[in-house]
Amino acid sequence: MGVALALVIGLITLGTVILFAGRFWWFPEAISAHGPSIDRQFMLTLTIIGIAFVLAQATLAFFIVRYRRQGEQRASYWHESPRLEILWTTVTAVVFISLAILGQRVWAQLHLNAPPAGALQVEVTAQQFVWNIRYPGPDGKFGRTRTELINDVDNPVGLDFTDPAAQDDIVTVNQMAIPVNRDIHVILRSKDVIHSFWVPPLRMKQDAVPGLAINIHFKAVKTGQFEIACAELCGLTHHRMRGFLMVLPEPEFEHWLRQRAGL
Amino acid sequence: MTQAVATHEAPKSFIRRYIFSTDHKVIGLQYLFLAMAAVAIGIILSIYMRLRLAWPTERWPLLAKLFPNAMAGGTISPEFYLSLVTMHGTIMVFFVLTTAPLGGFGNYFLPIQVGAHDMAFPVLNMLSFWVTLAGFLVLLAAFFVSGGAPISGWTAYAPLSAIGEIAGPGLGMGQNLWILSIALFCIASLLGALNFITTTLNLRTKGMAMTRLPLTVWAWFTTAVLALLAFPVLLAGGILLLLDRVAGTSFFVPGGLIVSDKILPHKGGSPLLWQHLFWFFGHPEVYIAILPGMGITSHVLSTFARKPIFGYRAMVAAIFAIGVLGFLVWGHHMFVSGMSPYSAIAFSLLTLSIGVPSAIKTFNWLATLYKAQIRFTVPMLFALGFVSIFVTGGLSGIILGQTSLDIPMHDTYFVVAHFHLIMGVAAIFGIFAGTYYWFPKMFGRMMNETLGKLHFWLTFIGIYAIFVPMHILGIAGHPRRYAGTEGFDFLAPLQPIHVFITIAALVTAGAQLLFFFNFFWSIWKGRKAEMNPWRATTLEWTIPSPPPHDNFGAQTPVVHHGPYEYSVPGAAEDYILQTAPPAPTKS
Repeated sequence: MGVALALVIGLITLGTVILFAGRFWWFPEAISAHGPSIDRQFMLTLTIIGIAFVLAQATLAFFIVRYRRQGEQRASYWHESPRLEILWTTVTAVVFISLAILGQRVWAQLHLNAPPAGALQVEVTAQQFVWNIRYPGPDGKFGRTRTELINDVDNPVGLDFTDPAAQDDIVTVNQMAIPVNRDIHVILRSKDVIHSFWVPPLRMKQDAVPGLAINIHFKAVKTGQFEIACAELCGLTHHRMRGFLMVLPEPEFEHWLRQRAGL
Repeated sequence: MTQAVATHEAPKSFIRRYIFSTDHKVIGLQYLFLAMAAVAIGIILSIYMRLRLAWPTERWPLLAKLFPNAMAGGTISPEFYLSLVTMHGTIMVFFVLTTAPLGGFGNYFLPIQVGAHDMAFPVLNMLSFWVTLAGFLVLLAAFFVSGGAPISGWTAYAPLSAIGEIAGPGLGMGQNLWILSIALFCIASLLGALNFITTTLNLRTKGMAMTRLPLTVWAWFTTAVLALLAFPVLLAGGILLLLDRVAGTSFFVPGGLIVSDKILPHKGGSPLLWQHLFWFFGHPEVYIAILPGMGITSHVLSTFARKPIFGYRAMVAAIFAIGVLGFLVWGHHMFVSGMSPYSAIAFSLLTLSIGVPSAIKTFNWLATLYKAQIRFTVPMLFALGFVSIFVTGGLSGIILGQTSLDIPMHDTYFVVAHFHLIMGVAAIFGIFAGTYYWFPKMFGRMMNETLGKLHFWLTFIGIYAIFVPMHILGIAGHPRRYAGTEGFDFLAPLQPIHVFITIAALVTAGAQLLFFFNFFWSIWKGRKAEMNPWRATTLEWTIPSPPPHDNFGAQTPVVHHGPYEYSVPGAAEDYILQTAPPAPTKS
């Protein structure tokens, strides 16, 4: 029984390692400036916990075989070793806390720094199953909005056109274009319940909370079209709340924006 | 001081004896049977979920018979899927993972293991069970009201859960019943927690110093303290949420909300407040579920390794450290919620700190096996399985606890895999270990060994087959609580993993029938058990199987030894009962 159990634990461990090391399914390629740092921290952590995983399961399996019952022999009465206990407590604490501290670097860069000056501002207003995207337009200023003016047909964010700054604002639905290699400052809002702005290749996820304007910033360094998924349960068709992020070269982005303004 | 020993007569009437009983053992069994009913339902719901995820458009006419309204077309609709998510999570967390190890085993064995005749407050104890049962029935009723069960998940995040049916199906009466059920559960848990704490502190028998308590008792005691401090917060949160829904208050709902082009009348509430209240309860709840499993595992490992548990004092300290730190890490559920990024850093450091006592426990379990003489009984297999799964499920927490890594991982299947392994499956393995271990004591008969081993093998392998691939889904970016992969191009290539997981889940769920059959068959037909079939040391093994109404009769036990005196050099047997006369002191 002991041999069989050790064997099964060994096979499970091997299978797990192969599944993670083989990367048959894995992260999509990172397209943001901060993405590779997150991936590196992930791989560092995964390697360390992978080693811990293999060591712990192997020790368990080895002890199961080595110390299975043999006749009527007594077990050892050994049950304390202050030196050993202090050693493994210290090692674990140092490793865990170091990882926690290392893990803060990208976090601090993303969340403790204000969006860089000159970043392109985009407002993303989530509502049940739709992403409303707003650009400030040529004046660079978001116009006033009023809740009473919101309607899903032609004014999804409730622009108040009596405000001159509102008149050139550009609003799109589920279509978010951004220029490549430029800092983007997203102001996240929600009209109804909590949603979460999640673009896997961007390595960026942030909840959109009604009543709050949450600021995030990032820079995309690769062009292409990517999906925006909702990552916070928001109701009936949460699993179909899809938007598109188009990372375009600057001229194409300007062109795209002008086209939207003309509409 | 002369001590009057109250010998309780067992009540004569059937109702007083088995239904409205104040006997902690009967109440413990009532909790266990409730948890068994709940886990059966919870597993069935998860099968429906897995079928939807693997084959989203398939019609299941036979399965639709159980839910004729929700599955009117024969298919599992997205809204029904979300109802299943909510109900599966709620049933499993509250009515299985809290009810079985604490309400079930805790009630049955805590008084016996400390040498008491009953709990400190037997009537409160009875009330606690009946209120829990009422909570369970109210929860199930949510399936049958108009709109069906709520779709807001077991975390019931506001405003989704706070603004009524306008936000989605099941968020009307179904959500109200959900809140009521949770409130009842909170009240019941408070009554239970008071009992556990008082009994441990005040009713220990002569010689049962705190340092001689079995680790199971330490675990239940700490768990009860957590429950006492955590459940009131959820209760308060639940009441506020209910007021937001029915009384027009705005605790969790901000102003200017627009749903379906309608402006809601709320003003000034905070959705994050609900998350703070919920997780202030919710994180300790994770430890409420897992600590008793840790206690049972320590207990069972020591018994069948025939060795004292390694580092008893460190084990107690680790349980306590986990209990205390468990209250300081709730914010790691909220890294991307919009909470202050500075507090996220503090929560992250505290979260990885809680890994240290968890690691200590793992080291001590392994060290307990070092130079052991392992007996591979069914409870031992599940305890060893617990250690393996606890390691696997715990280590992924090192990823999730880091602020920056939580950005891609949060709310993906990586989280689902992590918490199912660590708080779901590990805790269930603790429950299985406890069931196979204490069954002979509870029913006076042994469970079938062959069936038990078959159950272990299928479950152990099945669990890994289900949950290891789930991590990969999360790494690929798959959000949780999605009714399918059909909405996104980047999810489509992951569909084969879903099919694989569903097949593994079906096999694993089927294997649980072996357990249920074994359990009920053995109650009537199992081999008769002796008083101490495992040759174990603690007090429950000094009394008949099943124990009489007042446990120890007129004889109050006197304790002379620690709880894990196995293979003591020079002793006549390889175990020393806690009540054995003290070793003659050399003078």
